[in-house]
Amino acid sequence: MVSVNYYLALSAILFTIGALGVLIRRNALVIFMSVELMLNAANLVFVAFAREYGVFSGQIFVFFVMTVAAAEVAVGLALIVTIFRSKQSIDVDEMNSLKG
Amino acid sequence: MTQLDFSTILPVAVLTAWACALLIVDLFIPRDRKGLTALLAAFGLALTLGISLTQVGRELSGFNGMVMLDGFSNFLCMLFLVTGLFGVAVAYGYNRRMQIERGEYYVIMLFSIVGMLLMSQAADLIIIFLALELLSIPLYVLAAFAYPKAESQEAGIKYFLLGAFSTGFVVYGIALIFGATGTTSIAKIIAEDVPAGAVDANLLAAGAGLVLVGLGFKVALVPFHMWTPDVYQGAPTSVTAFMAAGAKAAGFAALLRIFGLSVSPTAWALAPVLAVLAALTMIIGNLIAVAQTDIKRMLAYSSIAQAGYILMAFAPLNDERLRAVSVAAALFYLVAYTITSFGAWGVVMLLESAENKGLNIADYAGLGRKYPLLGTAMTIFMLSLTGLPPTLGLVGKLYLFRATVEGGLYWLAIVGVLTSLISAFYYLRVVVNMFMREGDPQIHREWWLEFTIGATAVITVVVSLVPAPLFNWAQQALIKLF
Repeated sequence: MVSVNYYLALSAILFTIGALGVLIRRNALVIFMSVELMLNAANLVFVAFAREYGVFSGQIFVFFVMTVAAAEVAVGLALIVTIFRSKQSIDVDEMNSLKG
Repeated sequence: MTQLDFSTILPVAVLTAWACALLIVDLFIPRDRKGLTALLAAFGLALTLGISLTQVGRELSGFNGMVMLDGFSNFLCMLFLVTGLFGVAVAYGYNRRMQIERGEYYVIMLFSIVGMLLMSQAADLIIIFLALELLSIPLYVLAAFAYPKAESQEAGIKYFLLGAFSTGFVVYGIALIFGATGTTSIAKIIAEDVPAGAVDANLLAAGAGLVLVGLGFKVALVPFHMWTPDVYQGAPTSVTAFMAAGAKAAGFAALLRIFGLSVSPTAWALAPVLAVLAALTMIIGNLIAVAQTDIKRMLAYSSIAQAGYILMAFAPLNDERLRAVSVAAALFYLVAYTITSFGAWGVVMLLESAENKGLNIADYAGLGRKYPLLGTAMTIFMLSLTGLPPTLGLVGKLYLFRATVEGGLYWLAIVGVLTSLISAFYYLRVVVNMFMREGDPQIHREWWLEFTIGATAVITVVVSLVPAPLFNWAQQALIKLF
């Protein structure tokens, strides 16, 4: 059985890639994909530890995360589509009409 | 689902059913009669508030300890429902004036309130996560509700991306906590009732830290506050008012459940971090607010600063004697902030016109002379946000400072007082503008909006004169939890 530490390391790498993606990339869709990567990194931790401890609550949590992520996709893509319709661009740097 | 489970989540269940039914009923309400939807939504909220009132003093735990009903949840449920009632009252006329009157608005808002109610009852990290999303996703939609207005769309997408980003932190933090303890039940984590040899202190601390970052985004703590001014400015003001009060209170509900009510040493180890975050939030929020000319942005930075004051209550938590007092102070200040900020946002809505005019602080010149009552109400809100008598804000701050000083954190109390002095500059500038400068501001007479402003102003003053019952109630609500 693979040690849980490897899963933990892999998930930390995935989470870091996701978080950096959100901070560095400027395309709203790519940012959104990076967020999904962060969520999936968390899912990996859940299933790895659920197997380690032999409890189900971790695996059930993953189902919740996936469901909620799907709900977020529905709202997020709708928002991105409306922005694209009016601006013809989904570059977050061009969303700068609000400032003080 | 047993009857016990059902009565534990009765307010949540009733409001969910009501919101689903309203979604269908709304289809049959003609476009020009959407006031009926607002009325039905308010009725549902009032009904749920009635149910919450019957649950005062009850202690239940349902769904195998996933949700619980206790004094803490009961107190916050009522706060959220009152927030919702105010939210419906201010939205009705405003949305019509801004031509964004659609029935879904109230339904989406009800779903968001369901999320907040669930948050206050959460006893398991899974429920905290679900409730956080249930309250956030409707708010993303509401922020972009003035579609196709560019500012509103931009606010929606910014809120969404940053909100989803912060969710990532919360989920990963919860995953690490689960990894460290082998359970997601808050009670079991606290009692360290976990699989043998499972607790890994470093992993637990990392997880708690990530959850703090994620929830820090939600309640807009510095340095996770960058989205707040843009979203508060771009979203329709009716949404901003609801979001500023409700979403912040719900975020603090989660923080209090995880860090405040927990007796886990890991949470205490984070207490100094929380104190530093509170100080940073108060300093930066207040300093940047001074430079604002747009009233919505000014109030947005003010709301960031207020989050810092509430967070002060978390700093003395490692002192056992002070735990009940400081959490009660946080609850009291949440009530004070909710009432006051709703009033202030209400005045902003009264002056705002469809062409984005009336939002500059200079537009408030002469308001106090032309409409003395409205000017007085706005003065009360500004005094309360500053923390000057005779208002709720002062009493709330006194309770917070007392807890902090008793906890030995003198430096934090001094930062709190000094930043309050800075905040007096920009809050009182609005008052000076209203009474000392010449001007001819235009307001929009809307009965429900004026009613909300009047009611919040009266509550702000009257409750500050007799604050003891409310504070004792908050303290009673917590007594059995420690």
